[in-house]
Amino acid sequence: MKKKLFSAALILALAVGAVGCGGGAADANAPDADATETEAPSGDLIKVGIINNDPNESGYRTANDADMKAMFTAENGYDAQFAYSLKNDEQIAAAQKFIQDDVDYLLLSAADTAGWDSVLQDAQNAGIQVILFDRTIDADESLYAASIVSDMDAEGQKAVDWLAEQGLDEYNIIHIQGVMGSAAQQGRTGALDAKVEENDNWNIVTQQTAEWNAEKAQQIVQSVIDAGTPFNVIYAENDDMAKGAVAALDAKGITHGVDGDVIIMGFDTNKWALEELQAGNWNYDGQCNPFQASYIDEVIKTLEAGETPEEKVIIMDEKGFDAASITQEDVDQYGI
Amino acid sequence: MGSKKIISGIFRNQIFIPIAALVILALFNLAADPSFFKISFGYNSVGNPVLSGYLITILDYGSELAILAIGMTFVTAASGGQDISVGAAIAIAGSVMLRVLCGHNSRPEVLQAPIIVAFLVGCIVAMLFGAFNGVLVAYFRIQPMVATLILYTAGRSIAAWINNNELPIISQPSFGYFGGFIPGVPIPTPFFIAVACMIVTFLVLKFTTLGLYTQSVGINESSSRLNGLSPTFIKFLSFVLLGLCVAVAGLIKVSRLSTINYSVIAKDIEMDAILAVALGGNALSGGKFNMASSILGAYVIQFLTTTLYKFNVQSDALPAYKAIVVIILVVMSAPAVREKLSSISNKFKNKETKGVSM
Repeated sequence: MKKKLFSAALILALAVGAVGCGGGAADANAPDADATETEAPSGDLIKVGIINNDPNESGYRTANDADMKAMFTAENGYDAQFAYSLKNDEQIAAAQKFIQDDVDYLLLSAADTAGWDSVLQDAQNAGIQVILFDRTIDADESLYAASIVSDMDAEGQKAVDWLAEQGLDEYNIIHIQGVMGSAAQQGRTGALDAKVEENDNWNIVTQQTAEWNAEKAQQIVQSVIDAGTPFNVIYAENDDMAKGAVAALDAKGITHGVDGDVIIMGFDTNKWALEELQAGNWNYDGQCNPFQASYIDEVIKTLEAGETPEEKVIIMDEKGFDAASITQEDVDQYGI
Repeated sequence: MGSKKIISGIFRNQIFIPIAALVILALFNLAADPSFFKISFGYNSVGNPVLSGYLITILDYGSELAILAIGMTFVTAASGGQDISVGAAIAIAGSVMLRVLCGHNSRPEVLQAPIIVAFLVGCIVAMLFGAFNGVLVAYFRIQPMVATLILYTAGRSIAAWINNNELPIISQPSFGYFGGFIPGVPIPTPFFIAVACMIVTFLVLKFTTLGLYTQSVGINESSSRLNGLSPTFIKFLSFVLLGLCVAVAGLIKVSRLSTINYSVIAKDIEMDAILAVALGGNALSGGKFNMASSILGAYVIQFLTTTLYKFNVQSDALPAYKAIVVIILVVMSAPAVREKLSSISNKFKNKETKGVSM
């Protein structure tokens, strides 16, 4: 009897779930229905479908999503729909839905570089322009109209050049990497690896991935301190990991930052990280620009005017901040 | 003869497994590089005395795991399954604590509430989520791993939602004591917290019937019901207790960096906690348990992790090494291997007795 009751409850729950899903789908479709109805009076709204990664992923992503939401509003002449996932297959499903909804533009930050050919071909056949932002994909260039990306190699190079300018006699570097294989990790690692290869006085004390995780970075640095190996640079591929590394240094009374024994380098220009620079606790922070919306807006305006953008791949301008020269305006403007 | 009995007693005792693992790891380190055991004394950046060295690191980072292992042992023993949502639950508990401390401002100059209040609220919330898992497992009889999969999937998003997706940072130094050092005390605080948890647990096991009831429910549910126990309640209680352990571990975790990253805090810690229980020689199918053995298992896992870090093993390869430990444990506890081993040891015994009689 109990079992029957339970299964009945389960079925009920499933039914509610199904209704819930149905409701959700209806909601998602509702704006489309409205749009088609109201197309005659306000036909100048440009329909965009935006596929992004989960905004919880990082501070970078949160800033990126907020920027997109602020740009693609009805006031700016857009009718935008958003879909979020960290999984490629779910993103592809969202893309297919947007194609069926007949959007004008498909904006895509792909979770994975592979697997996009067929769905982008579908989009092209349906006359939908695809614009990639933040991340590039392994697909033929003819399948998208433009790609607005960060040049991770240049970010890494800028940081390594800055480090070289510091003119230390010897560079003993703890290199803390991001998730292996990600574009950010590859770009930021590549530049440093090349420099270490070229110069005899540049040594890697340890090179470990902390997978963007502050706790892991803390343990890695802790391990180097426990081993007693000397080091004078921490090159962390994002701010969180730099923070973890600094926590390990603080616990052992090792000085860092401006006038300290250890140079601290991070990436992503989180606001709190720039404040650490201002306080002189860190030395360098490289920008990874999350504000692509204005670039995308420009591309769409160009395409709407019937022209093609001058460059297919647009690389955003990115800065590197030095503790010695950072200003309050920098923190306010570039902090995310 | 007496010493022989003691030795064979040790071999038969559950705690032999983690002790053996610990000895093997210690010998390995001793052979490879004796400086592993060096402990040095120094001062941290605010001038407080601290001890440092690999052994201190193990005591420090193994402590969260030991606390979780306590709760996980109860859950394993009572329900015969494991809770895989503890990492996500730590994110929730940590997020709640920071929310209470920060109020509406994500970077407060002064704390909006005493730390103890934040901790208690965190405990209540973590126990509620534990209770949610417990209800699914005990009353709805869903497999523990399946039931806790819900929170495992949703937990980190809930944690982010609690703080409106902001990253609170606490600047007050006293909040950092729980995951660092109390001024004047050179031993890391997490170790003291873990010891306190252990003492409470042993007192509870000694002076209440919780241990007995948990084991009897795990061994035979229907016969314990016939004896007047409520298996549903005991199972439910085990998940709530795990919730409490999660809150304590969560406090240490968020205190370490005085901030939180919802997507990576305590990542994969559930696997280490389950491994600690298994390494302690406890049957993952429930029933009898040995708490000391689980706790030691947790420190052994941290010992392994720290050793691997020392030898510069790529940190993304760590799970592979832990997998080897799991494989050895599983194979050793498989019935076929056990039979073989006991037949070998019987042979030895027979020979010995023959020797004595001659």
